[in-house]
Amino acid sequence: MCRDCGCSLGPAATRAPLAAPTGVAGKVETIEVITAILGENDRVAAHNREHFDQYGVLAINLMSSPGSGKTALLEATIRALGGRLKVAVIEGDLATENDAERIRACGVPAVQISTGNACHLDATMVHDAVHDVPLAGLDILFIENVGNLVCPASFDLGQHRNVTLLSVPEGDDKPAKYPVMFRAADLSLVTKTDLLPFITEFSLERARASLRQVGFGGESIELTSRGGDGFDAWLAWLDREVAAQRERTRRGETARPQIQPEGATLHAAGHRPVR
Amino acid sequence: MHELAVCQALIEQVERVARQNEARRVVSIVITVGPLSGVEPQLLEHAYPIAAAGTVAEHASLVVETVPVRVRCRSCGAETDVQPNRIVCGSCGDWQVDVTGGEEMLLRRVEIETDAAAVH
Ligand SMILES: Nc1nc2c(ncn2[C@@H]2O[C@H](COP(=O)(O)OP(=O)(O)OP(=O)(O)O)[C@@H](O)[C@H]2O)c(=O)[nH]1
Ligand SMILES: [Mg+2]
Ligand SMILES: [Zn+2]
Ligand SMILES: [Zn+2]
Repeated sequence: MCRDCGCSLGPAATRAPLAAPTGVAGKVETIEVITAILGENDRVAAHNREHFDQYGVLAINLMSSPGSGKTALLEATIRALGGRLKVAVIEGDLATENDAERIRACGVPAVQISTGNACHLDATMVHDAVHDVPLAGLDILFIENVGNLVCPASFDLGQHRNVTLLSVPEGDDKPAKYPVMFRAADLSLVTKTDLLPFITEFSLERARASLRQVGFGGESIELTSRGGDGFDAWLAWLDREVAAQRERTRRGETARPQIQPEGATLHAAGHRPVR
Repeated sequence: MHELAVCQALIEQVERVARQNEARRVVSIVITVGPLSGVEPQLLEHAYPIAAAGTVAEHASLVVETVPVRVRCRSCGAETDVQPNRIVCGSCGDWQVDVTGGEEMLLRRVEIETDAAAVH
């Protein structure tokens, strides 16, 4: 049982003891199942979403390869907001507490999840962290996923929106190489655009085309965490999403990212209307 | 390598099915995986024995059925199979398409052995 909120989540059930082989040939039967393999993760994710919605908090999952500028974006965002919106951050990292410390240095609460050898966050890790986040009065909870362009895309965390980052030094062909991740985005950010003059082989045109080819149909913003027009567009997107989340909360509705890992759609977990 | 985590989740589902059906052991497991699920069938097959060790599914065979990415075109209506990084209509090239297959990560079927003598 979830020790803090009293919900019925907790460590996975202990394994059933193995039946001793009897030596007698048994009867073989086939059971048709058809369930989402990650159904349990999806259930916990839906539960997380209920926690967020209960407090009207917008939850955003940031995904990118290592070093694309997720933490730098958060630092710059927190500074630019200047307390106008209340923000907290859950940081996923294989081993260190560095990113959480960088966020705390900006005066915002941050909870570090050390994933050990797991290359992605899952809903249970986020659930454990959520109880250390002061949700009351919060506007946005950012979840910085582990830097990885593959694994995080398969796990619903209970976020309302997915944001992917593609930094200029990585090259404009990354969406084509990692289609599952980039397709999952509600908003795609091309970051480190201040480096465009130095990395002349990067074409924003090709990056956009590559995104379109993996079926990404959302909004795309090009920016640098150093500020500028693109950065303002990102802040405006956040404002719109916060307003939308407040409106949904008022109506008792919730939202899921545009593209869902398989299980979540199958499950249609949760009992509130989704839009 | 999140395939191990996926296999562990799979084993938990299989254990549940085995328990509900009073299985003595699991003989085989059939899953369906699409390219847009983000898991690699081959990596799943490698991770599976590690996740299954010591469980009722320890000696079960894993059958991974793969399915293609399939889209339906909003402009010409054609249904075509496409590559995961070319999600456009295979017939007219329009990118306004709906994905109708390829996101699957499903447990389909579990073959179990029960005690022949067991009275239900
Ligand atoms: N020039 C430039 N450098 C940037 C920008 N954003 C981030 N960086 C630099 O890129 C490096 C990595 O940035 P981080 O913010 O740590 O990247 P991250 O995505 O959080 O990395 P992980 O958490 O390890 O995956 C740092 O040296 C940043 O200073 C940018 O907009 N322009
Ligand atoms: Mg970081
Ligand atoms: Zn809870
Ligand atoms: Zn067409």
